[in-house]
Amino acid sequence: MSALTSLTLKAALDGLADKSFSAVELTQAHVEAVEAARALNAYVLETPEQALAMARASDARRAAGDAGPLDGAPLGIKDLFCTKGVRSTAGSKILGDFQPTYESTITANLWRDGAVMLGKLNMDEFAMGSSNETSAWGPVVNPWRPNMGEGGGGNAKLTPGGSSGGSAAAVAAELCLGATATDTGGSIRQPAAFTGTVGVKPTYGRCSRWGVVAFASSLDQAGPMARTVEDAAILLTSMAGHDPKDSTSLAVETPDFAPFVGKSVKGLRIGVPKEYRVDNMPPEIDALWEQGIAWLKDAGCEIVEVSLPHTKYALPAYYIVAPAEASSNLARYDGMRYGLRVEGANLTDTYERSRAAGFGAEVKRRIMIGTYVLSAGYYDAYYLKALKVRRRIADDFDQAWRTVDALLTPTAPSAAFSLGDKADDPVAMYLNDIFTVTVNLAGLPGMSVPAGLDSAGLPLGLQLIGRALDEGTLFSLGGALEKAAGFRAKPQRWW
Amino acid sequence: MTIDAATVRKVARLARIAQPEETLEPLAKELSGILSWIEQLGEVDTDGVEPMTSAVHMPAPMREDVVTEGGEPEVVLSNAPKRAGDFFVVPKVVE
Repeated sequence: MSALTSLTLKAALDGLADKSFSAVELTQAHVEAVEAARALNAYVLETPEQALAMARASDARRAAGDAGPLDGAPLGIKDLFCTKGVRSTAGSKILGDFQPTYESTITANLWRDGAVMLGKLNMDEFAMGSSNETSAWGPVVNPWRPNMGEGGGGNAKLTPGGSSGGSAAAVAAELCLGATATDTGGSIRQPAAFTGTVGVKPTYGRCSRWGVVAFASSLDQAGPMARTVEDAAILLTSMAGHDPKDSTSLAVETPDFAPFVGKSVKGLRIGVPKEYRVDNMPPEIDALWEQGIAWLKDAGCEIVEVSLPHTKYALPAYYIVAPAEASSNLARYDGMRYGLRVEGANLTDTYERSRAAGFGAEVKRRIMIGTYVLSAGYYDAYYLKALKVRRRIADDFDQAWRTVDALLTPTAPSAAFSLGDKADDPVAMYLNDIFTVTVNLAGLPGMSVPAGLDSAGLPLGLQLIGRALDEGTLFSLGGALEKAAGFRAKPQRWW
Repeated sequence: MTIDAATVRKVARLARIAQPEETLEPLAKELSGILSWIEQLGEVDTDGVEPMTSAVHMPAPMREDVVTEGGEPEVVLSNAPKRAGDFFVVPKVVE
């Protein structure tokens, strides 16, 4: 049945539509693939019975001529999304065996369109991390491994990136046809780049945050991960849409994104931001970026150098804004209404013990930073300053949009690194998001497209950044890059 | 900006996270490292810049002030660490 798991989402939907196979057959193949891939630690909860029940219902709908746009498609769901009656932990011990009594809007939209849930995907705790190593469930292992060669290294365990590491690994290893993910500073795009998959972070407000466990509410945005640009477009079309239950959800129509893929990009003006040529960038990434520029030129785009002068301040600003919001959002984990409770001598002691036992080191670190920058005497110097710098960063993009339609950059400053490599140095870990975090601060859409392999045989991604609500143009450009790159590489199965 | 152990103790208390005494010093070093990296924001001229508090340009939507759902104690209490009847059981707050 491995052929069924190798299909693109589009091809699988076509196969279901022309009755080449049933949703039950497609789902069964995926359930078996998931079971056989536990060495990757991509799923923290497998829901095979629910998946097969959903698949049977899908086959019945199709037989009745009532199939939705995603009917019968088996997907993986990041464990940050609340799924009714199915344990949702956000990668944290503090949520314990939390069983949501409601369904997130995004997953509800996917089920409305007929999709099938295979299970919940591993992630950094509360989406705070760039390597999946902060998960209470242990790290996900990247299905990609470096080439054997001089010096060996062929068995090194690599990170799939983070925080959506489970989503990325599951898509790359063909353990689902596509996955939901979330991106607060790069958590969809960096893992996509590390695993040779496509990841889309939509415009802030495009996808509802309702039922998605909050990290930093002004930055969090959900999006799809998939194996092709077209698959990502199909998924986003289902996921997106106005939701009155999220006060920052945009009251705009959701276009059908798939037809944008394959559209000509001739005449589009593409900006190349000079500040993204950072020191110490591996030459292979620089070369891939040049290649990407050449591909878009060949496709008829006009390339324009632009300046985003405040780029280098984006990460420091992010590491004030995001922890500040997180310290407030995570105050709800107090051991009283749900989740872990460790009894103490009195109420405060119970709070302190519960939170000390339930949160991991990185989450504690960020809550502490957030508490500090919001505390009396520091609010203006840190938090207010960061919000002003954030405005400067957004203004840089507004300036760029006067001359260009989209931007092309690398997605991440390196290929996937070994698990454990940066675990002891928080700032080195934070620098992973150097090219992606500006997009979250400005609320813009961004996409990572796999574009090539480095000399160790590991995937590298290119990032496209668009105007607010202009995901359509990104899908056209992503399609053009995908076609030019002809990226067909897959991880060699070792698990 | 360097943070000392006493500041970490205070912040940990504000954040309601128990921090064993021996972790305060290493944590102070870590947080100081992160904050000194953040200090570079001081280089940016932000005079007269309006703080950006939201990524969307729209006024907060209003809704009718009516009850939409409720009356479901079993649903609300289903994840409670401790309950008694239709109530959460919490540590004693008032002596």
